[in-house]
Amino acid sequence: MDSQAQITASAKSLKKNDYINLFFLMVFGFIVTPMIVTSDYWYTSILIPWLCLSLATIGQQIVMGYTGQLSLGAAGFMAAGAFACYNLILRVEGLPFFGALIISGLIAAAIGIVFGLPSLRVRGLYLMVATLASQFFIIWVIDKFGWFKNYDSSGIITAQDIVIFDRAYTSPMDMYLVVLFVVVILTILAMNMARGSTGRNWMAVRDMDVAAESMGVSLLKTKLQAFAISSFYCGVAGALFAFTYLKSLEPVAFDIKLSFKILFMVILGGLGTINGAFIGAAFILLFPVLLNTIGNNVFHGAIDATIISALEQVVFGVLMIVFMIYEPLGMAKLWENLKTRIKSRFSKD
Amino acid sequence: MGNEILFFFEVLVGGLLAGTMYSLVALGFVLIYKASATFNFAQGAMVFFAVLSFVGFMELGLPFFVAFIVTIGLMILVGLATERLVLRPLVNQSEDTLLMATIGLGYVLEGLAQAAWGVEVRRLDLGIPDFPIMWIVDNVGIFISALDVTAGIVAAVMVIALALLFTYTKIGLGLRAVADDPGAASSIGIPLSQIMLLVWSSAGVVALVAGCLWGARAGVQFALVDLALKALPVLIIGGFSSIPGAIIAGLIVGAVEKLLEVYIGPFFGGAIEGWAPYVLAVFFLLARPEGLFGEKIIRRV
Amino acid sequence: MSENQIDRNFPIGGPILEVNNISLSFGGVKAITDTSFDVLTHEIRAIIGPNGAGKSSMLNCINGIYKPQEGSVVYHGETLSKITPNIAAQKGISRTFQNLALFKRMSALDNILVGRKLHSKANFIDIAFQLPKAKREETENRQKCEEIISFLEIDEIKNTPVGKLPYGLQKRVELGRALAAEPEVLLLDEPMAGMNVEEKREMCRFILEVNDNYGTTIVLIEHDMGVVMDISDRVVVLDYGKVIGDGTPDEVRSNQTVIDAYLGVAHG
Repeated sequence: MDSQAQITASAKSLKKNDYINLFFLMVFGFIVTPMIVTSDYWYTSILIPWLCLSLATIGQQIVMGYTGQLSLGAAGFMAAGAFACYNLILRVEGLPFFGALIISGLIAAAIGIVFGLPSLRVRGLYLMVATLASQFFIIWVIDKFGWFKNYDSSGIITAQDIVIFDRAYTSPMDMYLVVLFVVVILTILAMNMARGSTGRNWMAVRDMDVAAESMGVSLLKTKLQAFAISSFYCGVAGALFAFTYLKSLEPVAFDIKLSFKILFMVILGGLGTINGAFIGAAFILLFPVLLNTIGNNVFHGAIDATIISALEQVVFGVLMIVFMIYEPLGMAKLWENLKTRIKSRFSKD
Repeated sequence: MGNEILFFFEVLVGGLLAGTMYSLVALGFVLIYKASATFNFAQGAMVFFAVLSFVGFMELGLPFFVAFIVTIGLMILVGLATERLVLRPLVNQSEDTLLMATIGLGYVLEGLAQAAWGVEVRRLDLGIPDFPIMWIVDNVGIFISALDVTAGIVAAVMVIALALLFTYTKIGLGLRAVADDPGAASSIGIPLSQIMLLVWSSAGVVALVAGCLWGARAGVQFALVDLALKALPVLIIGGFSSIPGAIIAGLIVGAVEKLLEVYIGPFFGGAIEGWAPYVLAVFFLLARPEGLFGEKIIRRV
Repeated sequence: MSENQIDRNFPIGGPILEVNNISLSFGGVKAITDTSFDVLTHEIRAIIGPNGAGKSSMLNCINGIYKPQEGSVVYHGETLSKITPNIAAQKGISRTFQNLALFKRMSALDNILVGRKLHSKANFIDIAFQLPKAKREETENRQKCEEIISFLEIDEIKNTPVGKLPYGLQKRVELGRALAAEPEVLLLDEPMAGMNVEEKREMCRFILEVNDNYGTTIVLIEHDMGVVMDISDRVVVLDYGKVIGDGTPDEVRSNQTVIDAYLGVAHG
């Protein structure tokens, strides 16, 4: 009985810490940020895309970081979610925004299951090519079948306003709060899954599939489940990305480059960590901003913007290689290491 | 022959010849896979890097052949640097880790090429017109571009040369031993470094040639990277370790995507080419995961 | 000590697992030829034989990783026609692997928790929303795993990623993972390979205790005859994919064919 009390105590204290962290983050996100950040630029160009892409990166984490299935179709599923949401709001009278968002995610999940099927037979690069098929195919279907774009010939469709309980959320801060709300909830759910038996099954399949199967973990169910949940997250992220950041719907916004970007966010952030998704997304989004600022302020625009973006590519590539060689667990692991080092320094004093 | 049949053949031959360019990209990939057991995702970026550097050197005033040689030298350096700085530290890591590192490498090469030479689209004139050959038009009645024919011939020559090199020379046999078991190969005195040099040089030459042919057709620009991505379905269809597989699969992909585009595309508003190779690859994966010529791997526990 | 039938908590019963006329080949190379033997409820059954005798292949046939070309596996009197590792697990057959098949990047505790899969009913939605059902189940599973961890004396390393553990401890974690499934039959593929004498002795103790405490039927493969003879009730000897001896340790020890095979006389 003694040991049992100990277990529950240790499990609870771990969770308690998490909830305290979460509480502070939420106070910061929902109350402090809106009070101190007044510039629209921060909301529209940094916070909103960061949260949306972090959510998509969590999706990519689930399938790639946790379940070990190399997928390169995140942007395709985001597009599916975005256009599903647009059409749902357009065609279903009285459907609330969050309802449309959830259904969009479910539609993306269904597509994810279909395109996850090859994972039952192949892995690695083979699977990556199969998921590329989904990326190109989804975008093509949306582009070529006019229904999805409501037969709009201009190619760019304006996203509808977000209306929740008869109130339109149109200002940058409003949109930020909507996105933050969704991202917080989905992040908590993802953390619960990742830490519970769902996540353990994913990781078991990733680390040693034969052994997982011998323990009764069904490869079929686990892989397709991971694809479905991952695509759900990407679909919701795509809808939010289109409605709050792009404010328009265009298939080209979800091209293969975005999929690569999300892949980089996962890898640099750290494979198999949820907070890595946020760190990775922040880095990939903020680093170019930093480079541009340096370019403008230090070199006073002497360096061409295209050269800067080329250099940014070089840096991302080099980091990817360096992380693969020295720290496959990415920046999240570096952050952990830093935290333990600081803690041990404090406890010494 | 009826006009429709002639037209069919025209599309087919055009597709096959365009397919040789996929074959060339895939070929570079297979070479490196055979020597280092690495899925070199950066092969497409190498194609872009090679041809952009080549055009860049010519813009600096180097004559055609000098620029060609200098670019090959540069590609060998890139290859050796990759081998030393990326692949060697990752020895014994999982295939997925290596693959992701080469995705990073691809980004580095694309970025470097653009930082060094700029991003504007270049024309590359090889002196071969992208127009139908009149002799064929007059005698057979179908329109086939001179550039396509040249690409086909160049690809065929390269494939034969590589096949001879790797089948009949000592170093080629060594390569096969290295692919099988690098440790054992080096312990019986097979010079690993020479083989790596040869493989990366060949891959560099292949990348440059493929880049020139692509560039002459579509302009030297970033979009080449996306075109080169189609070498991936080609590899899946052909098998990662088979040179003939890469060639034949390239032809299949070239022909199938053109035929689908011409005959089915119009019903859906076109651009089927963008995904057809990938979907074809998925069907191959489900039916024959080891590819046309790949060896079936038995997983032992 | 194995002969102490009377002292056992779970006396040996009738056959629980029968292997009938199994033949397995890989692309023309025969790994197992027409092999049959049975395993009795609650017994410790060893499969021994020199390297390459087909022992691991035999185990892989029993839990469905390999599909034998001929023969059948009968479990509780029922012929398992289509076995997959998953089905075997659901029927109550758990196992460890020869070359360690742990989930390398997960902690020892998490590895063992995966073993609870078949006792977990909560689905991903229950878990995502932390419904009471999921919470209760997680607590139960953790409790069960902690029991196993203290039984195997690996408390100190339970939060270490298993990839970083020394070999002997990894073997123990793998045993723990198999035990977490609360199997009826436990297949152990060379549980003592690569261990020193001390570690071997401890592993023997664990195996005997598992058998005695939970009545788990144990099929174990060993390549080294010594230790196995002490702990098993019956031994089947394979050589070149064929059964060359079957019986109690004493019978097998005095079997001339077995002696020849081990001394290399037969294949001189």
